[in-house]
Amino acid sequence: MLKNSLRLRAGLLSVLIFVAIVGIWQVATMPTAASGPAMDPEYAKLVGAAAATGQKSAMPTPADIGATIWKHLADPFYIRGSNDKGIGIQLAYSLGRVLLGFGLAALVAIPLGFLIGMSPLVYRALDPFIQILKPVSPLAWMPLALYTIKDSAISSIFVIFICSIWPMLINTAFGVGSVRKEWLNVARTLEVGPFRTAFKVILPAAAPTIMTGMRISVGIAWLVIVAAEMLVGGTGIGYFVWNEWNNLSIANIVTAILLIGLVGLLLDQGLAYLAKLVTYPE
Amino acid sequence: MENRPLISVEGLARRFGETGQPAVFEDIWFGVDKGEFCCLIGHSGCGKTTILNVLAGLDRPSGGAVIVDNREIDGPSLDRAVIFQGHALLPWMTVMGNIAFAVSSRWPNWDRARVRDHAMRFIELVGLAGAENKRPAQLSGGMKQRVGIARALSIQPKMLLMDEPFSALDALTRGMLQDEVLRICADTNQTVFMITHDVDEAILLADRIVLMTNGPGARIAEIVVNTMPKNERHRNDLHRHPQYYAIRNHLVEFLVNRSKAFDREVAEHGFDPRRPKLVKPGLMSMKLSAVNPPAEIVPLTTGRRQ
Ligand SMILES: Nc1ncnc2c1ncn2[C@@H]1O[C@H](COP(=O)(O)OP(=O)(O)OP(=O)(O)O)[C@@H](O)[C@H]1O
Ligand SMILES: [Mg+2]
Repeated sequence: MLKNSLRLRAGLLSVLIFVAIVGIWQVATMPTAASGPAMDPEYAKLVGAAAATGQKSAMPTPADIGATIWKHLADPFYIRGSNDKGIGIQLAYSLGRVLLGFGLAALVAIPLGFLIGMSPLVYRALDPFIQILKPVSPLAWMPLALYTIKDSAISSIFVIFICSIWPMLINTAFGVGSVRKEWLNVARTLEVGPFRTAFKVILPAAAPTIMTGMRISVGIAWLVIVAAEMLVGGTGIGYFVWNEWNNLSIANIVTAILLIGLVGLLLDQGLAYLAKLVTYPE
Repeated sequence: MENRPLISVEGLARRFGETGQPAVFEDIWFGVDKGEFCCLIGHSGCGKTTILNVLAGLDRPSGGAVIVDNREIDGPSLDRAVIFQGHALLPWMTVMGNIAFAVSSRWPNWDRARVRDHAMRFIELVGLAGAENKRPAQLSGGMKQRVGIARALSIQPKMLLMDEPFSALDALTRGMLQDEVLRICADTNQTVFMITHDVDEAILLADRIVLMTNGPGARIAEIVVNTMPKNERHRNDLHRHPQYYAIRNHLVEFLVNRSKAFDREVAEHGFDPRRPKLVKPGLMSMKLSAVNPPAEIVPLTTGRRQ
């Protein structure tokens, strides 16, 4: 009862905030007759003449955005030439790259993390590399990837791979390394072999920590893919945003931002759901 | 060497950390015969769990050895089942899963149905039928401990090693489980080594009670023979048995006074760590009440009060 009323009030407040934002936005973007305040010439050059002279704000009104979103959602998967693809197609490109890079990273990070977590020797040997490479922005790898791979699509997958590997690697190693000793002792007293111990005891014990790592990784990967596609161009939602900036279509950009947020949310919730399946109460 | 008992602890010592650190215990000698129920009593921190871990093969001693079945142990074995101080159930498995894990480790070639049937028998044995699909988190403390017992028994080991299996339970549950374990062990003629803090529990369950002094450098002070016959030990009227108070007083006296001042006893009376004295305080009381004084009475070592 109490919880319900809290949820209701929170929902109401959310709607209120939303209405307020849209209202302020609407007021701020109403076309003005008078010429706007003096603009930075650099900026004026970027946004183009129409906006600079101030007849109509380049910033669309909420109604414009609504119309644009509707237009995109009505037909998300069209292809009209290489530079004109539906927003659904672009999102699918990005999602595909993220899932591919992330999946490959998981294939490497989880077994390697297992090894690091089980063997103090491997842990110490690999620690310096991890410590140095982990803080590097994944985009810094892009030129190296483009040079060696010579393919922009694969390069962006590689960048996703690199940025998703660290949280999974570190969490797997930590989860495996901190499996309760008494659980391992149970396996030892039952003379369970190393492989069976790994799959029946260590993996389920560390699974919640590993899943947390995967959740962090997929979040970072989704952040990075937009930037990576802005750099390499061609396809993807990042490229779409950059292209619309060149077309000066703010409404399209805002639509893309909202959809990027939505897909990120879905990815996160999907992994949260998987994490819930493997957590165990103690 | 003469005929060895089933478990023979010979000159055991354990140090942690760098060499030069005082040993937790040293020069520990005692044996557990086949079919015997042996309790180890000592204060918290004296090294009881450490001894049990060595017996289980989970820890290596710094000195000495444990001989089981005339072979020095060099690792864990399915012949020696352990009931851990914490119940140590795997929380992501159900009750059935936990026990089936043990059963299929013991008999890797059994098919699923056979493993389940066997596991189910032991779940029923400890009175948990109906709870087999629950996870450990959904069980009470006593139920968890029972799963631990069922898991240990299900692999039909040659001996049971128990680390304070009942200490976390309320008196009623503890009593029930003690009776169950006693019955199961008697039925299967198990060899049992059990650690306990509880003097009454030791008198109820044990045939012999090994007394350990306080650490560091803990020793086996003596071994108390429980002269109360097994069939005369009942939880509810234990205290009415003519030998009960003599044994109990002897154990309490040891824990309260002698365990920390054992060095002085050694200085006064000498001490052979290889042959801890066997004492039978129960028979002393019989003599005092002049009922059939038995022939072989070992003198009661008198404790000094500070
Ligand atoms: N891994 C370890 N490293 C260092 N010291 C240890 C380790 N394990 C145990 N000890 C020390 O050994 C001593 C004995 O520990 P142990 O757990 O065997 O005691 P215990 O007799 O079982 O106590 P309790 O009755 O409280 O369970 C303690 O002083 C403890 O600090
Ligand atoms: Mg202990």
